[in-house]
Formats: sequence, C-alpha cells, structure tokens
Amino acid sequence: MQNTAPQETTETQKAGIIQMIGVHKWYGEFHVLKDINLLVDQGERIVICGPSGSGKSTLIRCINRLEEHQQGQIIVDSVELTSDLKHIEQIRREVGMCFQHFNLFPHLTVLENLTLAPIWVRKVPKAEAEEIGMKYLERVKIPDQAQKFPGQLSGGQQQRVAIARSLCMNPNIMLFDEPTSALDPEMIKEVLDTMIELAETGMTMICVTHEMGFAKTVANRVIFMDEGQIVEENEPNEFFDNPQHERTKLFLSQILAH
Amino acid sequence: MSDFQPHPDLAPPASTVGVIGWLRVNLFSSPMNTLLTLVGLFIIYSLIVPALDWAIFSASWVGTDKNACSHDGACWVFVGQRLDFFIYGFYPKAEYWRINVVFVLLALLIIPQMIENAPYKGYLGWFFLIGFPIIAGILLLGGIFGLEPVPTDKWGGLALTLVISFVGIVAALPIGILLALGRRSEMPVIRTMCVVFIELWRGVPLISVLFMASVMLPLFLPEGTNFNKLLRALIGITMFQSAYMAEVIRGGLQAIPKGQYEAAAALGLGYWKSMGLIILPQALKLVIPGIVNTFIALFKDTTLVLIIGLFDVLQTVASAIVDPAWPEVSTEGFIFAAFVFWVFCFTMSRYSIALERKLHTGHQR
Ligand SMILES: Nc1ncnc2c1ncn2[C@@H]1O[C@H](COP(=O)(O)OP(=O)(O)O)[C@@H](O)[C@H]1O
Ligand SMILES: [Mg+2]
Repeated sequence: MQNTAPQETTETQKAGIIQMIGVHKWYGEFHVLKDINLLVDQGERIVICGPSGSGKSTLIRCINRLEEHQQGQIIVDSVELTSDLKHIEQIRREVGMCFQHFNLFPHLTVLENLTLAPIWVRKVPKAEAEEIGMKYLERVKIPDQAQKFPGQLSGGQQQRVAIARSLCMNPNIMLFDEPTSALDPEMIKEVLDTMIELAETGMTMICVTHEMGFAKTVANRVIFMDEGQIVEENEPNEFFDNPQHERTKLFLSQILAH
Repeated sequence: MSDFQPHPDLAPPASTVGVIGWLRVNLFSSPMNTLLTLVGLFIIYSLIVPALDWAIFSASWVGTDKNACSHDGACWVFVGQRLDFFIYGFYPKAEYWRINVVFVLLALLIIPQMIENAPYKGYLGWFFLIGFPIIAGILLLGGIFGLEPVPTDKWGGLALTLVISFVGIVAALPIGILLALGRRSEMPVIRTMCVVFIELWRGVPLISVLFMASVMLPLFLPEGTNFNKLLRALIGITMFQSAYMAEVIRGGLQAIPKGQYEAAAALGLGYWKSMGLIILPQALKLVIPGIVNTFIALFKDTTLVLIIGLFDVLQTVASAIVDPAWPEVSTEGFIFAAFVFWVFCFTMSRYSIALERKLHTGHQR
C-alpha cells in the first residue's frame, strides 16, 4: 500500500510517520521490549516516562536503529527498518536525536559540530551549511558561542547545541532521551524552552523525560512504560489526573513527591 | 547584620614563589636536603667539567688525517673526514646532489608542519605523504630521466636510515589504523584476520623478521625471483611496526565514549565517515605520545638492518672506526652516531608535545 504513488506515501506518512508493530527486543536472554505497538502521526508530540530500566531508551533507540529489534516491524517515514544499511542511513538522515549526555564532538567547534553532517551526509556546500548552522544557533539563542569548543560551554548550552546540530539536518522527527536529566537545575528551563519552541513549529517529537510540566505543556500523548511494556497511554491531563493502572499511580506519586 | 563582603584576592606569600621560593622548597628545605643538594652539585661538576674539556676545549677540530688528533681530547677530525661516508654510504660521489635535494625537500616539507598557521599546510602535508616519496624514490634510484641508476646496495649511512624510517613511519601509520579498526570490527572474519596478523608480528623479534626476510623468504620464492634486499627489509619493518601501531591506536579507539559513535550514527554518518571525521581524530590525538614512541622505536630499530648487510648510519660508523688509517676513534664515532639518533628522536618527541598542546581542546565528560 505504501510504495505506489508519491501522494499516497505522503498520506501514510501523515497517518503514521512512525509505526511500531509487535516489536520485541532481547539483550541476550533478557527480554527488554515486549510487544511494543506504537503509532505516531506527523506533528504528534509523545512523552515517554517510566521507571529506570523499563526500556524507554531502548525503545526510542530502536526508531533510528541505534538498537536492533529482533521481532516485529518498525516503519519510519514509510521505510521499514531492516538490516539494510541504505534504509538505516536514509532514516537516520530524517530522524534527529538528542542524548542525555549531549554527545557533542569535543574536537570540533560548535559551528563545526553543526555543519559536519550537512556537509558530509547531505553534501551541502560549506558556506551554505555554515549559514544554516548559524540560523539554528540563533534559534537556540547561542550564536555568540559558534567558535568555541563544546568543553567551554555549560551543560545547558551544550544540550542546546546538540538540539541545533540535529535540526541542521532538517529532520522530520526528533527523538529526545532524557535531555535534561544530566543538567543542573538552573539549566533545565533553557533546554525545555528550546524544546517547547521546537514543538510549536510542528515537529514530530518523541521525548523520554520526567519533566511533567513539559509533558503537560506540549505532549499530545503520554506513554508510561514498565518492564519493557507500554502499560498505559493517554492524553496528558487524563494521564496525570486519572491514571488507570496501579503502577502508573505509584510511579506518578513517586516522581511528584519531591 | 552586615552585608556579604567579598574578600579581596591577595598575592601568595613571597617566600613560596619565584626563583628563591623554588630553590628553598626544592633544594634547601632541610639540612639533609641542603647536604644532598651540595653533594649532587659536586658530582655533576666533577662529571661535566672533564666531559666538556674532552669533547670541546681540548678536542681537535681541524685537519685531514690522524696526525691532526692531539689525543688530549676528542678527535672530531675523524668525524669530519668521514662525514660523507656517514651520510651518503657508498652512493657515488658525483650523485651526492640527488640525496642533498631529497634532504632539502624533506626539510622544506617538514618545517611548515611545525609552524603554526603556515600557509598551504594541508596541501604540503599531502604532498609530503604522496608526492615526496615518489620524487625521492626517482631521485635516489635513478634509471629514468637520464639519472644514472644507483642500486640500493650502494645506499647507506644517514640517507639509508632516513629512507627506512620514513617508509616505515609513513606506511605503518595507515596500515596500523586499518588493523586497529579491523580488530574492533563486528565482522568476525575481518576481526580474526587482524588479530592473527597483529599477534603474529608482535610475537617475533624484529631481528628475526629481518633475518627471515633476507634468508628464508628467497627459499620460498620461485627460483630466479630477485627480490630487492632493501625492499624486503622495508616490508618486514613496515609490517612489524604496523602491528605495534595498531595496538597503540586500538587503545585510543577504546577510550572514545560510546556516545560519540552513537551521535555520529544518529546524524546519518556511515562507518568510514564517522571513523574518519569523528572517532579517529579524537582517538589519534589521545595516543600521540604512543604513536611517536613507536616512531622513535622504529627510528632506532633501523640499525638492525645490519643483520642483512645494509649499512645504516651506525653501521657506517662502526665500519669506519676499524679503519687502520684512524686508530682509537671509536668513542668519537659512537658518540657521533648516538648524537645523530638523539637529535632526530628528540625532535620527534618535542614535536609530539607541541602537537598535543595544539590539539588539546578540552574534553567533555
Ligand atoms: N547494551 C545492553 N546490554 C544489555 N542490557 C542492556 C543494554 N542496554 C540496556 N540494557 C538493559 O535493558 C534495560 C532497559 O534499559 P533502558 O532502555 O536503558 O532503560 P531506561 O532508559 O528506561 O532506563 C535495563 O535493564 C538495562 O540494564
Ligand atoms: Mg534511559
């Protein structure tokens, strides 16, 4: 159904830009993802939460194949993820990712961090890539840091550079894996603000985070995971005010306690 | 309640800074320490003064034969008179200019690499690695463009030492990088091949590699194949050094956090691009001391080519000091040889330190 005319492809994209169907994953003997079914429409913003070790990172890392799933189907932007390297690289170009520890390239300046992938992957000319890079640095409000090295920036600035770096590839989808949990409290807001602005542009976002304020502001849906399963999903107000499962209630009471 | 008053920054106490402070802390901190310092100074004095006297003040510097040697000090006349042999080996005198051109070219290409912000550094660097070896090879070997051919068994001295080290260094680094990447590959066949290669070459002494290259390899080759002796030595040394290089570089690769690989992959960079642009630049930078250490070891190991009858700089000296025309000059000869090696090794070591400083951009956790 999805590989006929281009228009139809766009239609399927709109309906389910990310489709995870019956996905299972094991680390050796350890069953880390169990029958994950998740449909994300274009422009949707999903927040995933759940206790540590419940498989949240693993789940979103399967979407750009930093982890390989062993059973089920993952279709991103109408391309199914298999071991086919061409497909994997194609999807990674379209999917941006931000990590808990930023993972900026310490040997390159901030601007070089931003222009590297556009130049080498998208074959954008250097001058144009730098223009794009500066545009996104302005959007994350640190254009004056362009010539510094990542090690000279604060954590919050580094994470904003990391977001800008992903955006320079002009992705359709952004994945965030606990982007604020390695930050000092006074820096969390600047990163969340950047993410909220990004959400306002209509970006499809999947975000692993325990920032419940952020979830209430931007999420269309909140997903709660435990022991490798999606326990519960709901729109944010319902999710927080009226959780259905005991485990969700327990988890929410724990994170809201402090 | 008074307001918070920032305490002004004060200078450290005078007795802990400056030359006086340093001397006091390090040399004269206690009576025992003072005594040790004085004894140490006396020992240094009684060693240095006679050494300087022998090597410089009482040494013979000018002359043409052994009669010029005064025997009160070193006879550098010997080194001066045989310098051509130490530098050019048995290369025909009329063709010395070819080696000189190569030396000058080498210096011209190396110097900009050591200067910060030298223009065209990148292009010169690539020319150094690709163009220069070809030009040097043509000049040294001859046989085309009307250059008289000079067979490699006429090569010797410092020129030969530099040829072997240059080829060893320039070839061992890329091969070592490939071996190191291969050893960490996810493809079992490639990984196994690299492991076997590395462990095989690392497990044998260089001297036996050279010996096998010169004596045993011809036994396996078909009758009549004449494989150049120098070329065999070069291949042996390169393989041997690249195995070491691979292990040094592997250490660097292991030190790069997994997040760097993941960030590169998440941006859509393929294997070779993420290695070449993200991982290797960081990994190589981390192991510059180890790489240069390997280079220095290689430079000194070139002396082992004597085992297959090649005359490197040490061997030219060793053969010149037994010349009856120059009795009792072995000390001078070996000091000269040691000095030559020291100059090159020390330069490499300083360069590596400068490079490390320049490349230090601070690490994120
Ligand atoms: N590379 C790995 N090998 C083996 N087990 C792993 C690996 N990565 C994660 N795990 C395990 O999988 C589980 C889920 O991990 P993860 O997805 O990181 O959880 P979360 O992000 O929800 O904290 C954890 O129990 C973790 O120990
Ligand atoms: Mg996680």
